[in-house]
Amino acid sequence: MGRFSLGWAAVSTWAVLVYVFMFLPVAVVVLLSFNASQFGAFPMTGFSFRWFVELAENEAILRAFRTSIVLGLLTAVISTTLGVLASLALVRYRVPGANTISTFLIAPILVPEVVLAVALLLFLNFLGLHKSFALLLFGHVIFTLPFVVLVVQARLIAIKPELEEAAQSLGASPIQTFFAVTLPLMAPAVAAGALFAFTISFDDITGTLFWKPGGVETVPTQIFAMLRNSISPEINALGTVMIVMTVGLPLIGAAVARRLAARSGG
Amino acid sequence: MSSVILKDIVKRFGDFTAVHKTTLEIPDGAFVTLLGPSGCGKTTNLRMIAGLLDPTEGEILIGGKRMNDTPIHKRNLGIVFQNYALFPHKTVAENVAFGLKYRKVSRDEIARRVKDALELVQLPHVGDRHPKALSGGQQQRIALARAIVINPDVLLLDEPLSALDANLREDMRVELKRIQDRIGVTTVFVTHDQSEALAMSDKIVVMSAGHVEQVGTPEEVYNAPASEFVANFLGASNIFDAPCTQASAQGATLDAPVFGPVEVAAARAPGVVSGPAKLVLRAEKLQLMPQGAVPTGMISAPATVETVDYQGQTVRYFIRLGERQMQAINMIDERPFAEGEAVLAAFRPRDCAALRGA
Repeated sequence: MGRFSLGWAAVSTWAVLVYVFMFLPVAVVVLLSFNASQFGAFPMTGFSFRWFVELAENEAILRAFRTSIVLGLLTAVISTTLGVLASLALVRYRVPGANTISTFLIAPILVPEVVLAVALLLFLNFLGLHKSFALLLFGHVIFTLPFVVLVVQARLIAIKPELEEAAQSLGASPIQTFFAVTLPLMAPAVAAGALFAFTISFDDITGTLFWKPGGVETVPTQIFAMLRNSISPEINALGTVMIVMTVGLPLIGAAVARRLAARSGG
Repeated sequence: MSSVILKDIVKRFGDFTAVHKTTLEIPDGAFVTLLGPSGCGKTTNLRMIAGLLDPTEGEILIGGKRMNDTPIHKRNLGIVFQNYALFPHKTVAENVAFGLKYRKVSRDEIARRVKDALELVQLPHVGDRHPKALSGGQQQRIALARAIVINPDVLLLDEPLSALDANLREDMRVELKRIQDRIGVTTVFVTHDQSEALAMSDKIVVMSAGHVEQVGTPEEVYNAPASEFVANFLGASNIFDAPCTQASAQGATLDAPVFGPVEVAAARAPGVVSGPAKLVLRAEKLQLMPQGAVPTGMISAPATVETVDYQGQTVRYFIRLGERQMQAINMIDERPFAEGEAVLAAFRPRDCAALRGA
């Protein structure tokens, strides 16, 4: 019995250590973002919102923020639309080579991001095109599509085709059936997919560094550029904002999805 | 309301033929059952009528109009699925109203017709609930209400009772038939359950392996099976080779093993001519009696009880006559016969049917 308790205590301690290792750096960033000192490091000299104010007045960061949000939203909209259509085709219709197509759609998750980034650039070069915002968007869509497809497909498989057949037998055309039955039933998955796409896009740096045209910065690349000069406390503040966004959004999304699912009984 | 005609329909999936060339006519207002084991093609036929599958060959006519190229949502059919297929994100009333929204029906009329339909299925007070909050039987009633509220030309029922438990199934069977009688809609019912088919249908289409084995009223398919498959599928039968020694307009005389000559009426011996033939003796028509009984008007032979399968009101015996095993399903009179008991097995010739032998 004693040995069991000891073992259990060891496991618990280990688990706590793992969590400390994972979250301590995050906690430090958040803590230091409220530091009054002008160095982004310990010791804390006082509590202040100073760095958040400076952040809000920093034109470059605000521009990066706007870029990231526009990019994230567009990525989410395009990825989700394509992902839903692809899932419908793969799950509901008999498509020749469905398995292969499915693998290709999921592949971007498996391929290292750097490889994907370089590949897309080389392809662009081959076509004789220049880097542009559209290319950046294209890259992010490729990158986030698998997540949308995985989530939406899983949900769609669980929706019985009889529901759609019933709707059609009652006089709804295939498109009316989609909007009256299929879409409401898979709404939680569609919302989750869109959130995934937005947060992944918002947070991406590797691909973005390769694809972004000159002069365009997203929040992660802006932080990266700022870090090259010095570790400004502003970065801590920015880090805190990003943590709130990337953690908060999916949590809100999940809560909304749960509410919707509970209401629809699905 | 409309008749349904399948004209030379064939359905193939790749190399597999699910439905061999079939011609069927379902008269206006009739209740026709497609009966057979799973994989016999009955559901494939139903789905072709519904427009959920395209026939490989042949024509489908509803109300005299060719429907092959009409998509499902323009066929004006009511379909009830085995698993109810109610929309989980809509209330019961919204479910029932669904089909009316795609027809030019005013709001007031929708409300009125939904109310009528819910009353017809005897669930007038559940309109605001979600399907999940209802029992299986209630959900099936709602599915039926949703299918008939649109005044369909044809009502298609795809094993609608098989997901319900036994008692409820029998209640729903009566209920379904009552509603169908009341609205008089042409109905195609698919089932693998022979008692449902016998109880509800005007006409039964017995199917096996993609072929139609027999079409007839419940009495016809039960009393005068057209094939060994039909005789076995509708209730338990004892079927054995019994050469026909004499056939005339009145009937056929078959020389049955153990029992000797049996005269079968012509109506129950279709196509039987002198030569090889088979005698069909239903298990419930083979009566066991104590040894030494003298049955009048019956043909009898001594037998031994081998197995007793007690079922409450009735009992199913497996008996041995010489080297032959037979089944008898009898009502219990006082006590069932015991295993190993010597009995007399007897039947009336007029309860037999004959098939042409192979």
